[in-house]
Amino acid sequence: MRYIEPHAHMVSRTTDDYEKLITAGCEAVCEPAFWAGFDRASVEGFRDYYLQLTEYEPARAAKFGLPHYTWICLNPKEAEDLALAKDVLDIIPEFLDKPNVLGVGEIGLNKNSRNELEVLERHIEIAANRDELILVHTPHLEDKRKGTKLIIDALLNNPKVRPERVIIDHVEEHTIQLAMDKGFWAGMTLYPESKCTPARAVDMLELYGTNRIWMNCACDWGISDPLAVPKAIVEMRRRGHDQNVIDKVVYQNPHSFMSQCPKFQL
Amino acid sequence: MSKANEVNLVDHGFMDARIKAIDIAAFLDRVQRAGQEDDYRVVALREALNHLLEEDPDRAKRVLLSLSDPTDKPIPVAPGKGAAGAWSG
Repeated sequence: MRYIEPHAHMVSRTTDDYEKLITAGCEAVCEPAFWAGFDRASVEGFRDYYLQLTEYEPARAAKFGLPHYTWICLNPKEAEDLALAKDVLDIIPEFLDKPNVLGVGEIGLNKNSRNELEVLERHIEIAANRDELILVHTPHLEDKRKGTKLIIDALLNNPKVRPERVIIDHVEEHTIQLAMDKGFWAGMTLYPESKCTPARAVDMLELYGTNRIWMNCACDWGISDPLAVPKAIVEMRRRGHDQNVIDKVVYQNPHSFMSQCPKFQL
Repeated sequence: MSKANEVNLVDHGFMDARIKAIDIAAFLDRVQRAGQEDDYRVVALREALNHLLEEDPDRAKRVLLSLSDPTDKPIPVAPGKGAAGAWSG
């Protein structure tokens, strides 16, 4: 069945995983910038990473006929060093013009610190001034509720931000309504140990509906599953959901959101 | 969009829920035998489990809230990058 993988960190995955994605029906993969598992020491380290996202990785995906899109930012896990963050923010605009870049992301908070919030606000300003799409990372586990509220406040504090052009990712049962009630899109991340299982994601679809929502695997270097979205499709089928409804959630919705950026073409 | 009432969700999910319930029980037994039941994460988990037997059908949300940082202000400095799964206070 066709689907779009709207959040996958393919730089962390083997080429086998590209083969798995297309075998399962994936028609496009979208890769937000993130923390690579260790702190980069200089702005040049980030420049190399952004080149990997905008040049090398799309070429690797193209070998499988899979369109590859990306998002550019400094991840909140690397936001404590404000001096380095400022240098990195200065080079981000040159990459936002690359042909496979859909917007600014995944920005947000990690431990909900003051410096993280300041860097988030600067990212929002860059995106809002350029009318870029925004993809938001919400914090992990015990930090998610508080972080989601702080992030939403920061977004709404910028009058240029249009909620329909922002997706709040990694929502769970205690945060999904915070995002959707304000007009933002919501992303549900399917992880084996944290965030959300396919069964819980389908629960939320049944409770909150299928408008302005998508599912993703966010596969990276940690415990994660590049085929999590196809497994959620199986869960929807087993629970009796119509094929058209499934297609809306896993293909039409991510297509609609990302098509707000004219560079997204399928 | 719900079609969930048309399928037997108990057939679909009971065995999965059963094994998770037993796993939680075994985990609590294990940490108690090891004298580690006072760890703040275990204490928080036991507190969260109280919500499982409540009546309203939003138990997952209440378990998540029970394990969450309830404060609203940014902290001065990030203490590291990881999260533990329960708020340490």
